[in-house]
Amino acid sequence: MLLADAASPVFSWNLLTDFQEMWSYPFMVNAFRAGAIVAVVSAAVGWFMVLRRQTFAGHTLSVAAFPGASLATLLGVSATFGYFGFCVAAALVIALLRRKGRDSGAEESAVTGTVQAFALACGFLFITLYKGLLSGPESLLFGSFLGITTGQVTVLAVVGALVLAVLALIGRPLLFASVDPEVAAGRGVPVRLLATVFLVLLGAATAEAGQITGTLLVFALMVVPAATAQQLTARPGLSLLLAVLIALASCWFGLIAAYYQPYPLGFFVTAFAFGGYVLAHLGRAVHDLLGRGRGPLAIGSAA
Amino acid sequence: MSTLTQPFFQHALLAGTFIALAAGLVGYFLVLRAQIFTGDALSHVAFTGAMAALAGGYDLRLGLFAGTVGGGLLLGGIGRKGRPDDVAIGSVFAWILGLGAFFLTVYTTSRSGAQGGAGTSVLFGSIFGLNASQTLLAVLIAVAVCAALLVIARPLLFATVDEAVAAARGVPVRALGLGFLALVGACAGEATQAVGSLLLLGLLAAPAGAAIRLTDRPFRALGLSAGLAVLEMWIGLLLSAEVPTLPPSFAIMATATAVYGATFLVRPARAGRAGIAEA
Repeated sequence: MLLADAASPVFSWNLLTDFQEMWSYPFMVNAFRAGAIVAVVSAAVGWFMVLRRQTFAGHTLSVAAFPGASLATLLGVSATFGYFGFCVAAALVIALLRRKGRDSGAEESAVTGTVQAFALACGFLFITLYKGLLSGPESLLFGSFLGITTGQVTVLAVVGALVLAVLALIGRPLLFASVDPEVAAGRGVPVRLLATVFLVLLGAATAEAGQITGTLLVFALMVVPAATAQQLTARPGLSLLLAVLIALASCWFGLIAAYYQPYPLGFFVTAFAFGGYVLAHLGRAVHDLLGRGRGPLAIGSAA
Repeated sequence: MSTLTQPFFQHALLAGTFIALAAGLVGYFLVLRAQIFTGDALSHVAFTGAMAALAGGYDLRLGLFAGTVGGGLLLGGIGRKGRPDDVAIGSVFAWILGLGAFFLTVYTTSRSGAQGGAGTSVLFGSIFGLNASQTLLAVLIAVAVCAALLVIARPLLFATVDEAVAAARGVPVRALGLGFLALVGACAGEATQAVGSLLLLGLLAAPAGAAIRLTDRPFRALGLSAGLAVLEMWIGLLLSAEVPTLPPSFAIMATATAVYGATFLVRPARAGRAGIAEA
């Protein structure tokens, strides 16, 4: 049942020839390039998202990518426009709806949840209207590495570089505002503006990740590496770097596995990322159990 | 007019009414307890459960309900005091959903009689595809969920509004939290049959959010939430029957979203409004 079909390539333990064979296909080279860009960008933005406990907003942005991509398909324009357009627009909407001074979590999450379901429903409508998508909505939802063009890689790289540059620029005040918003506001940090800018960055990063893992599985590259890294170390810089490395590893190993197996790319990326998360938790537990020194405190787990 | 007399439409209307009733009641508490994210996680578990059952050759609904109720209890178990933590849920459900995609591929590639649209119909619902026995089962489960929720409604409300005081008064807060999550699970399984696992969150959140905006009184809001959910379900089904290009799950979600959006127009936020949500 779990066997690959005869047509799919066979993995040998000679890694050199494996890579040579894999990279002899231009689409695989593009997939690896796109995967690397996306992993770095989404892990860096995702790290801040986990710190700011905005995973729900991040999830909403990721579902907004689905109607974006399906509408673009319906209209016959490049899906890339759909991804970025819808995600950034959704980020602005969330930022607008979040009114100052009343963080009634209950109502905000009801709004977010409704918007999210409605976005998915719209995506489904567009796909039903289009009818021509061979595999149905699944490849948009669960990711596919086939058919990533060089043009797409360029767009991913440009947007990714832009996101990272802005993030580097606002990184320090954002960290301050995320860890202690009240004190940061008191010190004159523009907390509200930062929150809006960050949501836009989150939208762009989500749009990037959605093109690799599928819109439903972006958490595998955004949340899981960051959560793993924050388990392993308390130092912000180090855990940010670690998150990027974990995301990159999950993405590339996922691509390699998906090349040899008929199952969707999203499954492998999530499985590798989640495996790392579980290992980090186990390692932490063992470390605590042995009582060798005090375990590093995860910054995100204060609540 | 002919669509309205067709058996498939009548089944959908009957099942949809009770499913919406259950979703409205459960959704109200879900919003009040700020556990919408849990509902979201469950919707992904629903997909994986259904796909695993199909891949293993069982009835889809068996996996669906096992997945959602089990998922609800698990989420309650791992989180503090039955209120799970966002990052843990996010990580787990990304993986679970990935697993669902895996089972979907296993199902479509290994079973010769596989319906190609199985994944889509679980993700986005197929309420017009219910037959008589499926309708009966859906109605029975929905009635059971409603009854159980109404029984625990008073203590649950107390435990939701002021957990510490409720615990001090001897209300079994943790057991209620777990029981509620099990109900959410059952309701999620129900809603999956109506609007699909991806959209059930809207069915849970939109009527409840609208009801909370319209009234401050908890039990009136509870009733209103259920009423709105049923109304939105009816309008959605009618709309979809009249305009065949609209899939029913889209029509239902569009109606629910429109109603929720309308509450923002009808009642522009009163400044400093201290609803029950903030109490």
